[in-house]
Amino acid sequence: MTDDSGVDRKLTSQEAEDLMNRVMKRQAGLSLRVAVVFLTILILLPLFNLYAPELAATSVLGFPLTWLILGVLFYPITWALSNYFVTRSDQIEAEITQEEAR
Amino acid sequence: MSEFSVPLLLVVAMILATVIIGIIATRKSKTAADFYVASRSVGVLMNASAISGEYLSAASFMGIAGLIMKNGYDALWYPVGYAAGYLLLLLFIAGPLRRFGAFTIPDFAQGRFDSPGFRKIAVIFVLCIGFFYTMPQMKGAGITMGTILGWPYWIGILVVGTVITFNVAIGGMKGITLVQAFQYWAKLFAISLPLCILMSVYGSYNHGLGAIGADSKGSARIDSDEPATVNGAEKAPLNTISMSPSATTVIDLEPDHHYRISKITPARKAEAGEDPIPVASLVRPVKNSDKFDELRAQIVSGKSFDVTSGLFLVCDPVAVTKGGQPVMKDGKPVKTAAKIEFETGGPISFSAGKTMKAAETNAIVPNAPSNGKWLNPFGPMASKWGYPLLYTYSLIIALVCGTAGLPHILVRFYTNPDGRSAKRTTLWVMVMLGAFYVFTPVWGVLGRMQMPGLYVNGGFDSAVIKLPTLLDNKLLGDILSGVTSAGAFAAFMSTFSGLLVSMSGAFAHDIYGRMLRPNASPKARLVAFKVAAICVGVVSMLLGLMVETFDIATMVGWAFAIGAASYFPLLLLGSWWRGLTKYGAASGMLLGGLLSLAAIVTNMLLDKKVIVMELPPIGRALMEQPAIWGVPLSIVTMVVVSKMTSDRIPPDITLKMLRLHAPEEMGVSADYIAH
Repeated sequence: MTDDSGVDRKLTSQEAEDLMNRVMKRQAGLSLRVAVVFLTILILLPLFNLYAPELAATSVLGFPLTWLILGVLFYPITWALSNYFVTRSDQIEAEITQEEAR
Repeated sequence: MSEFSVPLLLVVAMILATVIIGIIATRKSKTAADFYVASRSVGVLMNASAISGEYLSAASFMGIAGLIMKNGYDALWYPVGYAAGYLLLLLFIAGPLRRFGAFTIPDFAQGRFDSPGFRKIAVIFVLCIGFFYTMPQMKGAGITMGTILGWPYWIGILVVGTVITFNVAIGGMKGITLVQAFQYWAKLFAISLPLCILMSVYGSYNHGLGAIGADSKGSARIDSDEPATVNGAEKAPLNTISMSPSATTVIDLEPDHHYRISKITPARKAEAGEDPIPVASLVRPVKNSDKFDELRAQIVSGKSFDVTSGLFLVCDPVAVTKGGQPVMKDGKPVKTAAKIEFETGGPISFSAGKTMKAAETNAIVPNAPSNGKWLNPFGPMASKWGYPLLYTYSLIIALVCGTAGLPHILVRFYTNPDGRSAKRTTLWVMVMLGAFYVFTPVWGVLGRMQMPGLYVNGGFDSAVIKLPTLLDNKLLGDILSGVTSAGAFAAFMSTFSGLLVSMSGAFAHDIYGRMLRPNASPKARLVAFKVAAICVGVVSMLLGLMVETFDIATMVGWAFAIGAASYFPLLLLGSWWRGLTKYGAASGMLLGGLLSLAAIVTNMLLDKKVIVMELPPIGRALMEQPAIWGVPLSIVTMVVVSKMTSDRIPPDITLKMLRLHAPEEMGVSADYIAH
């Protein structure tokens, strides 16, 4: 339970703080961007159902449009969002590691 | 008994496979790291299969299909929320949590705040959520055995409980990872293959929805030949039948059974100023009944009465009036029909029309929402208390945040080698869960069209098991019903194993190893884990025996609501806000988590009429779905109390935050507990 285990170089507290802010800012920026897209979809779908009930009930291939969105298409949408996040997150972490290693 | 042998065979095969794979996987399970986190060496696809296998519980396998059959569109939010919640977990929690490198979630709680006291609170929530989640798994096991074999409720519980307790006690996390991964694929197979065969006979998904949508004024109809059973008071509140207000329904009570009807009221709740509706206009015995006058007097008297020699009761739609004038809505007169409450139930059949001609035998099944209400948003579930939008949003918050707050799921992220693979694992979990959940609404659609009898007694949870038996080819039907039964067993067993590891870990690692005997030898800790597994297993079985009358999905909902208002805010703020103090985190968890729990339990007691209290509908809506206030309350409390105690921020917070967020290659991360 040693808190400094694994730290291979001594950082002054100011350096550590700057590093923390840089690392967290970039990670948080990506997470928030994806979260906004996801939460927007979650918030808008019930409003769409409430204010455009006829459009929501339009039949598409036998499915009511809103059923098709929520019951079928929603899953691939979240897959696409998480795939984007994981790919970008890997890139960001590689960049951070490279920059800090200088 | 012989026609049930095929499903039994498949269930036994599933149980044996679970035991054998568990034994094979455990041969190398020796150290504490093996037992708690499978030595942090589980590959991405294997771990994703195992997490998905653990997550797909009785509620997912049986409950969601039933909820969609019952409530239609609104219930679609359940599978979507269960799967999509992993996105929030991925974005904000999975990577940091793994980089912290603990054994259990209470380790994170203590390590992040340097507070042994906070570990105790965290342990209480692990156990609380764990036991709430365990009870519905046990109920699922009990009723599945009851459905396919007619065995008493407790046998299924005993079988599942014993097998899994054995597996966990001999191998811990390493033993169950392979088993859970296998069970994911078994469940995916079991939910999809029988469905494809059923759809080839009864029509496809979109065909079924199209047929329901084409007749939006209509409803599910039940053939007078189809057997249905009405429950007695022991299954309250599922012992009532509400007749359709759009057509006359004739109820046929069998001559050789004893029924007791305790109450007949209008199905629609009267609004202020409306004229009372006399019972005599809601139901009447068929004219040719010998004891017509006597029965009529009994029905009108409003007291409970017995029916022992069969009875035809005619239930007509009745127009609602106010001061003698018909009440109108959207230009049409408002109608209602009888709601009949049974104290003693039994077999019952329904037919339409007064003359009972063959063409009119397809009666509208009681308790079923009309096609339009079922298919469209804001149907009976969300509109129950009159605030459909609020209800929908609160449900979404509970599911999405609750998923990210379940300790027995979160602990699996520690089995990944590093933060990056923890993120990849989450991505694959979402793909695997989506592939499973996309099938569950199809079962609901098929159930509504082919098994309307389930609406009569609320037995929706068994739709997945019973639907395949409708096939004309009895052998094929039995095999497919066996496949879904085996899949359901895989669901109880994998979820229960995960819960058991997480709860045994809380006892052995957090309570014994950290609080009681910090100096215990590794060997003593392993023994403690095994003893804890057996004790928790036994307690879980006992709890399971007590919850036979509770709804599976409702009980799981409790666990989600508590997780959403306790662990989710802790992990979110704990990972991203350096200003969070142990006082802030603890007060937020306790306030949000316990108030949500209190609201849900009170609402359940009101539903069951254990306590009687008049509350405004908005209050009931907020009690039934507390996440919309519970989660913000917890977060706001954490922020406010942390600001007030900001001198208690751990001095090495910068290092802690770096360890949570910096990529492993930078060398600032180190497992909180190395091995």
